[in-house]
Amino acid sequence: MISANFSAIFYLVSGVLFILALRGLSSPETSRQGNFFGIVGMIIAVAVTFLSIGNFSSGFIYVLIFILVGGSIGAFIAYRIPMTAMPELVAGFHSLVGLAAVFVAISAFLNPEAFNLGKPGNIKLGSLIEMSIGAAVGAITFSGSVIAFLKLQGIMSGSPITFKGQHPLNAIILISIIVLIYFLCSTQSSNLFWVLLSVSFLIGFLLIIPIGGADMPVVISMLNSYSGWAAAGIGFTLENTALIITGALVGSSGAILSYIMCKGMNRSFFNVILGGWGATDETSKNVSKEQRPVKSGNADDAAFLMKNASSVIIVPGYGMAVAQAQHALREMVDTLKKNDIKVSYAIHPVAGRMPGHMNVLLAEANVPYDEVFELEEINNDFANADVAFVIGANDVTNPVAKTDPQSPIYGMPVLDVEKCKSVLFVKRSLSPGYAGIDNDLFYKENTLMLFADAKKMTEEITKNL
Amino acid sequence: MEIDPLIFRLSIFILSIFVGYYVVWSVTPSLHTPLMSVTNAISSVIIVGAIIAGLSGNSDNVFNTSSIFGFLAIALAAINIFGGFLVTQRMLAMYKKKKKDKK
Repeated sequence: MISANFSAIFYLVSGVLFILALRGLSSPETSRQGNFFGIVGMIIAVAVTFLSIGNFSSGFIYVLIFILVGGSIGAFIAYRIPMTAMPELVAGFHSLVGLAAVFVAISAFLNPEAFNLGKPGNIKLGSLIEMSIGAAVGAITFSGSVIAFLKLQGIMSGSPITFKGQHPLNAIILISIIVLIYFLCSTQSSNLFWVLLSVSFLIGFLLIIPIGGADMPVVISMLNSYSGWAAAGIGFTLENTALIITGALVGSSGAILSYIMCKGMNRSFFNVILGGWGATDETSKNVSKEQRPVKSGNADDAAFLMKNASSVIIVPGYGMAVAQAQHALREMVDTLKKNDIKVSYAIHPVAGRMPGHMNVLLAEANVPYDEVFELEEINNDFANADVAFVIGANDVTNPVAKTDPQSPIYGMPVLDVEKCKSVLFVKRSLSPGYAGIDNDLFYKENTLMLFADAKKMTEEITKNL
Repeated sequence: MEIDPLIFRLSIFILSIFVGYYVVWSVTPSLHTPLMSVTNAISSVIIVGAIIAGLSGNSDNVFNTSSIFGFLAIALAAINIFGGFLVTQRMLAMYKKKKKDKK
């Protein structure tokens, strides 16, 4: 048994190690060391908890068993998961953090003596407030992440689910959560505690169903943030510094990522949360779709264009992930490079289904990270490039965002793909992207459409090079 | 008058938000996915609460309602800790620099 002061210092140390873990991610070289700091911080926190309880009775062995069971499941998933499924995995993990927070809160509510929080039915007021906030946020994180997971996995349709009176209903539920917490804290009634949990589960579910597939980067980041606030809430209850620090870090991290994602779409946070494009925007659907001529080509034409280019910029999007085309793409690029063609990759902040999604896929395909550029870094280079190869991206290349103030995506930062001498656009059909609007790029003089599956087309081009 | 310890915890909390704010802005955008998976792993430090909850039963009776929830939370958090750190490591191992010498 070690003293409370002593363990508090070690919790502080592990909190600092967690900060260093995030700090390491400022560049790929330091990132692996950062991850190591994170692991050390976790080991310290767990070890100190054991030592401070000092009760190595029969319960201890069960703790180890449960850690082992959970740990093996986690390790198994971590090694088996394909990189394309990373958004689902992260959503799934968020739901577990949320549920763990709920369980700890339940446990503390049922047996507050174990946590030095008072007696059942007479829990310290401050602790009860913190506990109920932590439990409510945890429950919202859990059910919200489950819905996000189902949508990303394709088990549930990615299109927004909206119904009449949705927003007023959500508002009423959110207010009722605050009222419930108030009454729970003044009456200490366990019934109210269970009602609070159920209502919080419900609102998490209702908040995420109206959000469409391509808005998932915002949702995942937001749930990331929530899982942090839930952890911080529990940290206050348990008076644990490591948890408070971590909760604050994760909470602000998720909030910043949501902000970056919203900015990448030029939409406000509330606009995203209150429902997807196309769902609220009936006008965009009514625009008459006149038939405009498009030029379409085959792999041979594409290979010819690229062979004669001196620089090529590749614009990947979610379609590349769906078609699992990243490896085929890298092989194509290798062939191009052998012919002394300069190749770089341009990544839009909201390409894919989560922040940094495309970067991970390219890294998996052994693309060196110094060939991969963000929107601001590369946007001026399009004018000097010979060929832009758009694979699986759509709305993020639409020049309408710059020219047509009527368009729902007007003002969204887009890649200046149309400035290239020629544009190769790999796509299965002419159907509009997530925003439900036509892409002007399809009809440009210098655009050649390649109608095919992204992976097959890339492989064919490689053969023809 | 003595200051309530809650105020100290609140100070730590607020300062950590600011630390988080500056640290996360300096994360390179290409590492945003590993950032999410590693924040996932570290937020599972909630396992310390789960362990206290799991060990709350007495030696004659390891399992009571409260400790069962604790044990379940331990398993969930452990999935996250192992899964989160390992998948982050797997991702980070893939980020390579351009090889200088051509094969």
